[in-house]
Amino acid sequence: MESSAAQPSPGVARLTLDELETPPLSLGQLTWRRFRRHRMAIFGSITLLLMVLYCFGGMMFFSEADANRTDTGARLQAPSRVHPFGTDTIGRDILARTIYGGQISLIIGMTAMLVELVFGISIGALAGYFGGLIDSITMRITEAVLIIPQIFLLLVMAKYFAQSIPNYQFMGRTFSGSVLVIIFVIGITSWPYLARIVRAQFLSVKENDFILAARATGASTRDIIFRHILPNSFAPIIVSATLSVAAAITLEAYISFLGLGVRPPTATWGNMLEGAYNYIDTAWWLWFFPGFFIALTVLSINFLGDGLRDALDPHSRAV
Amino acid sequence: MMASQPILEVRDLRTRFHIAEGIVYAVNGVSFKLNEGETIAVVGESGCGKSVTMMSIMRLIPIPPGEIAQGEALFNGRDLFKLSEAEMEHIRGKEIAMIFQDPMTALNPVLTIGRQLGEPLRVHLGLSKEEIRERSIGLLEQVGIPDPAQRLKDYPHQFSGGQRQRAMIAMALACHPSILIADEPTTALDVTIQAQIVELVQRIRETMNMAVIWITHDLGVVAEMAERVLVMYAGFIVEEALVNDLYGDPRHPYTMALLGALPRIDRRRDRRLRSIPGAPPNLLVEPLGCPFAARCELVFERCRMEMPPLIEVAPNQHRAACWYDLASGQPR
Repeated sequence: MESSAAQPSPGVARLTLDELETPPLSLGQLTWRRFRRHRMAIFGSITLLLMVLYCFGGMMFFSEADANRTDTGARLQAPSRVHPFGTDTIGRDILARTIYGGQISLIIGMTAMLVELVFGISIGALAGYFGGLIDSITMRITEAVLIIPQIFLLLVMAKYFAQSIPNYQFMGRTFSGSVLVIIFVIGITSWPYLARIVRAQFLSVKENDFILAARATGASTRDIIFRHILPNSFAPIIVSATLSVAAAITLEAYISFLGLGVRPPTATWGNMLEGAYNYIDTAWWLWFFPGFFIALTVLSINFLGDGLRDALDPHSRAV
Repeated sequence: MMASQPILEVRDLRTRFHIAEGIVYAVNGVSFKLNEGETIAVVGESGCGKSVTMMSIMRLIPIPPGEIAQGEALFNGRDLFKLSEAEMEHIRGKEIAMIFQDPMTALNPVLTIGRQLGEPLRVHLGLSKEEIRERSIGLLEQVGIPDPAQRLKDYPHQFSGGQRQRAMIAMALACHPSILIADEPTTALDVTIQAQIVELVQRIRETMNMAVIWITHDLGVVAEMAERVLVMYAGFIVEEALVNDLYGDPRHPYTMALLGALPRIDRRRDRRLRSIPGAPPNLLVEPLGCPFAARCELVFERCRMEMPPLIEVAPNQHRAACWYDLASGQPR
């Protein structure tokens, strides 16, 4: 940030009037200043950064083969020097699996959020901008999706789509087709809240004078929606998108825990918990490490979302 | 100056709004002509249909609830009301531009000035990024904003009220429109800035030979700016005249009352300003008779029954809509 460069040096007296006048802050700078104050949000961002580093940097020390190698001779071993996080029911190294599982979990979280954004923004924008019949139809569909308990929908869809997609290669790794299914299923069941937020934003922003002024300069409907109203709605969308990454990670953990999520051998934090259920008392390391990572990540994302909410709020007086 | 082809001719425009309480008769048969390079002022109190008339011409009325029930607006011979929305988008901002009352709310707060200024250039002229930048700098310079290259990166909240209105004017001028509609552009500004904005628009109008429609309720500004004045009341044009004719020889009781309500430097200061008793009529009722009848001192039977036509009452196309001939003191 260039603004901090203008801190007065010890010799304040030598500054001329011109130098005392700090340049006005841009929107981004104001946001950053408010965000910086939010200690938990900073904690969340740093933790998330470390988490990404752990999951993607860890690839250099463990290959995926390590993560998936079974060694029935060494099953259910407590943490030791060879296996710092212990081994699971068929002798796979839990440390390596949290690394590769974390990648999948984070990727699922991010991409499910993207799917949600595409659906949520387009449906919300349609409903809010055009109103009338289009609004009624899209909002009834939204409500229909909302009233079905999400976990129910998830399980049914996960089961329905599960077998139909083959494995595929990406970034030099083989992903189980079930990863795609989960991303799609989570994305397609979580958009209604976002759609409602976007609709509400559009409803209020479109009434502004500057929208009328933009129309008076000859802006087309597409320009009005994407270049004028959408940028005014970014703040709540960013916050909602952040929080939905956390929600997607949790949801993936749910369905994987119930055995309908990502198929082994591809690890995720969620499906590592699947077998742990029977060993809650006897082998704590089975559930502790993946559980810890899920909890920490979700918590951090929520803190980050909270901080963003405060920082992006244009009504916030804090400077 | 008073010559040439009318660039815009509005005929019998009627705009209504369908709301829960009924139908609002906002504009009730407005006709006027605007010549090339001419400045006309539209005056009248709040809610008399000045803005709605202009918004109707620009087709910026939300439909529904709005409805342009009747009329034509011929721009260079083409009826704007018959154009498709896409054709209309080519006219707005390129041929006919508009500036608004409140510069505080008429700029998008999350986009930089440069981006908003570049919008009409991009949409209508399809210029490249570099060309847009150059033109934008030139435009800001033209409207008197110092350090334009730097200011392009600023957001609206970093501009003062007057600067924002200047930026709005720059946006409106971007594509050299032949008509500029200014909807009370100085109302939200303080007096010194008002004067600057008026001067700015006048200067630009002369250099670009642009026709201007200046909506205002400030009769002082009218005298300074316009060649011709339209006085509106309750969705009707009640009087139309050259500025000097209107001030010197008003032919409609409403115009007289408006002028009487004006503070003047040559009048005793201890007098109270005269106001017009009563309030404008309820626009929810279909107008019958003269809309000003209820507040008029010269009202008689016919006024309440029949709307007087807008007819020529004096030289220089001085037209008024009143059953009473103010010059002779006799009913027509």
